[in-house]
Amino acid sequence: MDIIPEIIRENITNLINKKERTDGRALDEFREIFIETGVIKKAEGSARVKLGNTQLIVGIKPQIGEPFPDTPNMGIIITNSELLPMASPTFEPGPPDERSIELSRVVDRCIRESKMLNLEKLCIVEGSSVWLLFIDLHIIDYDGNLFDAAVLATVAALRNTKLPTTKIEDDEIILDYDNLQPLPLEDTALMCTFAKIGDQMVLDPSLEEEEILTARLSIGMRSDGIICAMQKGGEGPLNIEDIQKAIKITKDKIPQLIEQLDKTTPHR
Amino acid sequence: MIIIITPDELKRISKPTREDGRAPDEIRPIKIEAGILERADGSSYLELGGNKILVAVYGPREAQIKRLQRPDRAVIRCRYNMAPFSVEERKRPGPDRRSVEISKITAEALRPALILEKFPRSVIDVFIEVLEAEGGTRCAGITAASVALADAGIPMKDMVVACATGKVNGKIVLDLSEEEDKSGEADMPVAILPRNREITLLQSDGNLTEEEFKEALNLAIKGCLKINKIQKEALKKKYGE
Repeated sequence: MDIIPEIIRENITNLINKKERTDGRALDEFREIFIETGVIKKAEGSARVKLGNTQLIVGIKPQIGEPFPDTPNMGIIITNSELLPMASPTFEPGPPDERSIELSRVVDRCIRESKMLNLEKLCIVEGSSVWLLFIDLHIIDYDGNLFDAAVLATVAALRNTKLPTTKIEDDEIILDYDNLQPLPLEDTALMCTFAKIGDQMVLDPSLEEEEILTARLSIGMRSDGIICAMQKGGEGPLNIEDIQKAIKITKDKIPQLIEQLDKTTPHR
Repeated sequence: MIIIITPDELKRISKPTREDGRAPDEIRPIKIEAGILERADGSSYLELGGNKILVAVYGPREAQIKRLQRPDRAVIRCRYNMAPFSVEERKRPGPDRRSVEISKITAEALRPALILEKFPRSVIDVFIEVLEAEGGTRCAGITAASVALADAGIPMKDMVVACATGKVNGKIVLDLSEEEDKSGEADMPVAILPRNREITLLQSDGNLTEEEFKEALNLAIKGCLKINKIQKEALKKKYGE
């Protein structure tokens, strides 16, 4: 945690209570978004996303493995994130800490629960062989709101991913790298994160806003407006009105985000 | 049909070329950019063939770990890390024995260029992220780290620049690709201070005669000097002449 002087905290809060922000954005405005896909040739899918100055790279690597016994006909996604020490003076090298694990679990939940990825179509042989997709989030520059940037980058990387087609011959799986196919993506879900500062809910908090927030709320939503994931963070409470306001803004913003994603990485 | 042979092609024809069509003393296409990250004190991005390397520098900053502190100078710490998606088969995140060794020799390769006496009890952290690997990542990391250190404003006597040579199909060649590294007989990464040509990193893996070693070292220095020009251009592009 960086230490924010009390006077700056007061400044930002007073400004936000007047519905203004230090960087001139409206309370419900995202920072500039940049999306680039196919940035890592050795990964089957990849994307680099910049949200303001927050920047990350997501790479997707597939493997063939055994399904979980309770879902023998479903593929598996495994999400992992690295808050690299290069991204912030406060990130330390070492195994993932609680912030990193929360990030990867929330991203995983948004992707999984939205059912945007049809996991049944990632089954090769029921009960024995399915596709395992490793989603690796590589955070290289941290300037606030990793959640929304990470979900956006993950969805862009999934849209960019191509797997070899599979055939079964004599009980053996043959991978056909000449015939690649995109992932079975059937919908798009993205995330909007809010910081409660003063008595306002502020979309896409910057680093300094994140450091003074009393509470944080992330909402994952599908294109049809269904809420597929939520995560409350921060030490302070939220009231019901705060949450309803955030959901309303999310409903407005998700179609805009999807439109932006479609421009760089069309869905099929 | 008339075939016009240009001098370039003549050179190609007369010299036995490598699998990727390069001449023995030719490096892969290279690109360096300085100062591309927001939070880091200094940063750089390097592409060399299929390698993509990102380096961030933090410091000089207070050494949190007491036993690291030196009363008369700063210390340099390096962390070389490969992204899980940087290689064909997904790499498990976190350090392995190879990356720990590379981190150590990288710090030692960079150290002679740095003027650390001005920053007692502090630490300079160099984080090298291999985003995509295609042979020669340790040398690419050192070359990029030196640019990031300059971008961070760390006082330096000179840049440090690295390039590998090796022996492939009985011939000494410069800047081995992943394929050549796998199939070759020897691989020799070298880092130098280009101004006085002192050597700050030397490793060798494979069999070379004394003659071959001399040839390889000379070729490595030649390669380093070429890459040094590109390092300087990257810094000039960021900061002007």
